[in-house]
Amino acid sequence: MKLRAKSPILWPLAGLVALVLLNAVFNPAFLKITVLGGHLYGVPMDILSQGSRTLLVALGMTLVIATGGVDLSVGSVVAITGGVCAVLLQDGHSFALTIAAALGAGLLAGTANGVLVARFGIQPIVATLILMVAGRGLAQLIVGGQVIIIKGAAFEYLANGFFLGLPVAPLLVAALYLATHFVLRRTALGLFIEAVGDNETAARFAGLAATRIKTCAYIFCGACAGLTGVLAAANIMAADAYRAGENMELDAIFAVVVGGTALTGGRFVILGTAIGALLIQTLTTTMYNLGVPPAIAPVPKALLIIGVTLLQSEKVGRWIGGLWRRKTT
Amino acid sequence: MDRWTLAEENDVSAIRKFLSRNLALVTTALIFIALFGAASRMYDGFFSSRVFVGLLSDNAFLGISAVGTTLVIFSGGIDLSVGAVIGFTSIFTATLIEQHHIAPGLAWFLALAAGSALGAGMGVLIHFYRLPAFLITLAGMFLARGAGFWISTESVGVDHPLYTKISGYELAVGSVVFPSNALMLIAVILLGYVLAHHTRFGRTLLAIGGNEHSALLMGLPIGVAKVSVYAVNGFCAALAGIVATFYTGSGNPSMGVGLELDAIAIVVIGGTLLTGGRGHIFGTLLGILIFGTIQSAILFDGRLSSWWMRIVVGGLLLVFILLQRFFLRRK
Repeated sequence: MKLRAKSPILWPLAGLVALVLLNAVFNPAFLKITVLGGHLYGVPMDILSQGSRTLLVALGMTLVIATGGVDLSVGSVVAITGGVCAVLLQDGHSFALTIAAALGAGLLAGTANGVLVARFGIQPIVATLILMVAGRGLAQLIVGGQVIIIKGAAFEYLANGFFLGLPVAPLLVAALYLATHFVLRRTALGLFIEAVGDNETAARFAGLAATRIKTCAYIFCGACAGLTGVLAAANIMAADAYRAGENMELDAIFAVVVGGTALTGGRFVILGTAIGALLIQTLTTTMYNLGVPPAIAPVPKALLIIGVTLLQSEKVGRWIGGLWRRKTT
Repeated sequence: MDRWTLAEENDVSAIRKFLSRNLALVTTALIFIALFGAASRMYDGFFSSRVFVGLLSDNAFLGISAVGTTLVIFSGGIDLSVGAVIGFTSIFTATLIEQHHIAPGLAWFLALAAGSALGAGMGVLIHFYRLPAFLITLAGMFLARGAGFWISTESVGVDHPLYTKISGYELAVGSVVFPSNALMLIAVILLGYVLAHHTRFGRTLLAIGGNEHSALLMGLPIGVAKVSVYAVNGFCAALAGIVATFYTGSGNPSMGVGLELDAIAIVVIGGTLLTGGRGHIFGTLLGILIFGTIQSAILFDGRLSSWWMRIVVGGLLLVFILLQRFFLRRK
């Protein structure tokens, strides 16, 4: 227990390293990175590129979960913003306006969730369920029920471009992670969020604007989901209201939980979330490499999440602690 | 005092008592009548027994799983795995019957046992290890969906004389004809009503949903009740999967994707409190009817696209949750 308290990222990191080593042993080409025309290619780069969307959604989700909530609507928001991008680009609007509109849609969705949860005091699962249900319908309404193909060099650069030899999407996400980390940990904001998540009443009595802090967490999560929608649309160069962001809320929640953020709120580990998201993406890639059909891929993920939450549960923690003590005495 | 006025007063107070106790139920019933009436005025041929029975039979498997979901929500829990369990059950029974030539009765028994076992397992994790219900049932959803695709990635048609017989069965009551799946939905709702409102188990569930700690201090068997309710829900979902296989004549592992959201929406529209502790199975029946009315109205209209269904259901969900919130605040 003490070890975990000291370094919350120890376990997820160990899991990631173990998984990568396992892959490297069975498939020596796994860790190989080749340089082609000044750009880096290879399986690790693919994991980073493919995982960038889960990483981004999980970043927003971390803050929401830290306040003791959860946002189930992120998948639908991804579908909505992808649709917004496609429709605006189709009508010949500029790249900047498109991105701004997509981000605005995400912010709006986050605000709706935040107001329902923080202002009206509705349970987070229920409040975000509304947008999860209605959001996919809205996304289909925006694109008129069709898959809209996106054309545009700037958009393609987002998904497949390179900056200084590295893929753009992961770089962008990494920058956002660093920015969020510094804003939260170099100011008192992170502490405020943890205080609200730990005990909202106490936080309010201590003079924190608990309602506003909670709302902001959902708005931030909506913005992250909005940007993810842009990346997801850029990845396939199309807006697919039916499939975009499907099951993304699950992957994001899994990444956050595996990364050591408590689902009960009150503590968050941003680096842990990053490792958790990479762990899940590596697991997915591993299964593809092993030839496991994509449809069955959820099974190991489900077992992983049950295992991790069991390890975090008090009962099992005490049991393991008991084993440890018995051995040492 | 005159005997007549006393009796009258008793009547009035009884009605008032009934209204205050079942306010949510009465409101939902009025909304259903208003919706059905509006649709009947707008579309020719909507006001008919065929359309009304269709509300039940078209949503039979959704309704059956909504009954199980209602019980889980009574206890303050949530189960997101029902859609996946329906998909698993439908492909599981279809494969057993068609490719392994197992008697349908045995295949159904195995499917119901599997659904109940998955539910009970999730209940154990949720109650004894104090893990969040939504997370564990999300994992259960992944497991069931993955297991369904493991059996077969493609749909398997069921061509068994018993299936043809059951899906072709109709019961005529006067001029109203009930197909078999509507009858099964009605049977499940009646069973659910007895279980929820006339047994110790049902009262325990509502007590847990109201305040789990108080229920524990009252000496109620909350562990048994919580594990059982997830098992009952798993059973309902598996039954819904079997009924879905009658309805479509095939087993399909991708059946019921996102169905859990519709089931939860139906329960909430039916006036059951999502935080638990309050609600009625007949509210869920009204929820199914409202859901079906919107669906049929969109079909009758013909100009509206299918995605309006999701938007309208989401909107209704929002309205009902806000109403619940403000009614609770006042109390």
